[in-house]
Amino acid sequence: MIPLWMFLLVAAALFCIGAYGVLSRRNAIAILMGVELMLNAVNINLVAFWRYLTPLNMSGQAFAAFVFVVAAAEAAIGLAIIIAVYRNRRSVVVEDVNLLKW
Amino acid sequence: MLEINGQTIAFFVFSVFILGGALGVVTSHNLIHSALYLILSLFGVAGFFVLLSAPFLAAVQVLVYIGAIAILIIFSVMLTRSMTALRQVRNQQWWLALPVVVLLFALLAVGVILPVWGAEGLIGSEPVSDIVATTADLGVALVDGNQYVLPFEVASVLLTAAMIGAIVVARDDE
Repeated sequence: MIPLWMFLLVAAALFCIGAYGVLSRRNAIAILMGVELMLNAVNINLVAFWRYLTPLNMSGQAFAAFVFVVAAAEAAIGLAIIIAVYRNRRSVVVEDVNLLKW
Repeated sequence: MLEINGQTIAFFVFSVFILGGALGVVTSHNLIHSALYLILSLFGVAGFFVLLSAPFLAAVQVLVYIGAIAILIIFSVMLTRSMTALRQVRNQQWWLALPVVVLLFALLAVGVILPVWGAEGLIGSEPVSDIVATTADLGVALVDGNQYVLPFEVASVLLTAAMIGAIVVARDDE
């Protein structure tokens, strides 16, 4: 079977690409997509460790399922906030949302 | 070394899906293209779950991520007209972000993954057992009083709260 480190390497690369998306994009929706990529990298890690180290204990899959729940809640709330901000300021660029910035 | 069989080929194909899709997400100028690349990447992750013998999570990945979250993202791209309004895709710090994430990846790969799990004969070159817990075990674990019933209920409250919150925040109250 494929060794564990290959899964971990792909997950690490996915996490770093997602982090780059979060740090470098201006559009709030693109930033949310970067966060989704990072959450997926975490899920790959959880399931890979579960499969290779404790395949009879359900903790890895259960935690991955909770990550799904949190990701769905985060996407719904994040996009609702983006739409509310767009309605008020006609912009989805995060640098334009500066009312609380001193 | 790695023998070439169906599993290895599937692993590399899904890796290409995941990483290529992710690169497309962060570099596309058109956000609709970004969202479609995101779907490709999420599909690759679902393939990884199948390879790791977690079929339920693969199905949930397709249903929840591709079916709900990606479609939600496409809807909000359309609602906010963000693919036409933006000429400049990256902010001023992107040149700083690039070396930071490359350094982070190098640190993770060289510092953690390869020394701990990469060497021959150490943990993780093969799974500890070929017997794998099934979807039925996951279902029992999520509602078992000794395991995850409390996080499970908290997660359902979180989802309800998020749904109501999203409706309230996005509602047009005029």
